Amino acid sequence: MLDGNAAAAEAAKLCRVQVIAAYPITPQSPVTEILSEFVEKGDLNAEYVTVESEHSALAVCCSASMVGARTFTASSSHGLAYMHEMLHWVAGTRLPVVLACVNRAIGAPWNVLNDQQDSISQRDTGWIQIYARNNQEILDSVVQAYKIAEMVYLPVMVCYDGYVLSHTEMPVDTPSQAVVDRFLPPYKPHTVLDPGNPKNYNLVTLANPRVNAEGVLCHGYMELRYLLQEALQNSAQAIASVGAEFRELFGRDYTGLLWQDRLGEAEVAIVAMGSLAMEARVAADSLRRSGLKVGVLGLRVFRPFPKSEVAQAVGHCRLVMVFDRDISYGSEGAISLEIKSALYRRRAAPVVRNFIVGLGGRDVKAREMTEAVTKSLASLKKGTPDSGHPEWICEI
Amino acid sequence: MGTSDCGHICGESSPGVGEAGRTGEWRTSRPVVDNRKCTPARKGVPMCFLCWLYCPEAVIAKTVPPRVDMEYCKGCGICAEVCPSHAIDMVEEAGFVP
Repeated sequence: MLDGNAAAAEAAKLCRVQVIAAYPITPQSPVTEILSEFVEKGDLNAEYVTVESEHSALAVCCSASMVGARTFTASSSHGLAYMHEMLHWVAGTRLPVVLACVNRAIGAPWNVLNDQQDSISQRDTGWIQIYARNNQEILDSVVQAYKIAEMVYLPVMVCYDGYVLSHTEMPVDTPSQAVVDRFLPPYKPHTVLDPGNPKNYNLVTLANPRVNAEGVLCHGYMELRYLLQEALQNSAQAIASVGAEFRELFGRDYTGLLWQDRLGEAEVAIVAMGSLAMEARVAADSLRRSGLKVGVLGLRVFRPFPKSEVAQAVGHCRLVMVFDRDISYGSEGAISLEIKSALYRRRAAPVVRNFIVGLGGRDVKAREMTEAVTKSLASLKKGTPDSGHPEWICEI
Repeated sequence: MGTSDCGHICGESSPGVGEAGRTGEWRTSRPVVDNRKCTPARKGVPMCFLCWLYCPEAVIAKTVPPRVDMEYCKGCGICAEVCPSHAIDMVEEAGFVP
């Protein structure tokens, strides 16, 4: 029995991480505590760097990764925000840092409980983002994250819901060190800091590419950023192949970028991410009992966003209900925006309804999700036009 | 992709003179050393060299007298500022033939 934080820490240990730099923040703190105990007891041969802030934590991971160390950090909410510029920096340097984000609401006002606004707010930074539905997926995703990251040279953020998963114990199958060693080869950095062959990394670029001291016309800013996007687009393939390899060695299948439950004949699709995707299945079961053909789309990989897979999975539905535990203020839920984008060119695309739920740890009940589906179907039947804004479900 | 691919996936270069291009072109004024005031120049002996020490671009050579590489000097004026003999003047670039 492991809680989410213990699962994440266990995975980092199994992956033989070499440098850990993390700053505690609720609800992530136990991850840092458990890992520091592993290092202290000698169970994990790693350098644990006690830093004074999350910005420094990621800066340390960045440098350590550049000299070839496998690194790990974890944060939440304000801590993740504090390292924001370094998130951009790590992605731009193409470093395979793995970060566990224990999803927590961000202030103002203060709130230490769960929603996904923190990691959602970082979706533009160039990190791969994987969301776990339960503690087994947390452990498995961190292990896969290193393999994916080191294959494609992209940082990976493994996100899981604060308290709901981080502080809740569930049965977790912990693989043996031997099988993880078979799965994960040593890290081969693309950056080498060697005094014998000195290099500058991340030098200033100008608007246009310029010739270097050896007379070679090198990539400018836009070219390097293009390569980052290209790598993210292509990483979907790596994520799937690593998932297949994981299935072979560990017995659990992660070949899909999405979790699809009975969507084949579904008229209504419920879309959710993280632990809410498990709640959504309870709601779907209840609706199915009343004769409705409902399926669930659990978003596993948020970045790179699997547009074609989503279109394939729910494009045939009449209604897609997106439950966001976040909101892009001034617009709508971030997941809803992505779903709509994925369905854009689809002829006879489904109606997409967006619901903002569970902010600041407010509980989301399956009953509320089923009621939302029933109400939406009724309003569709009546021909009630969409307000164009997301609907908030805030019942206590 | 518009550049001859130098095979890097992040900004990378080997240290070398002129790595940032011909930064001398950025100057609006240039340091001019008065050898009657400059201590090593006057004494004919390598000494002082505070201008060399403080130059952020390492374009001053510890020669007698000290020599500024105008290909790369950006005209920041730090050398003039730190010279204990006030031997360096920052002179408008427009007065010099390119």
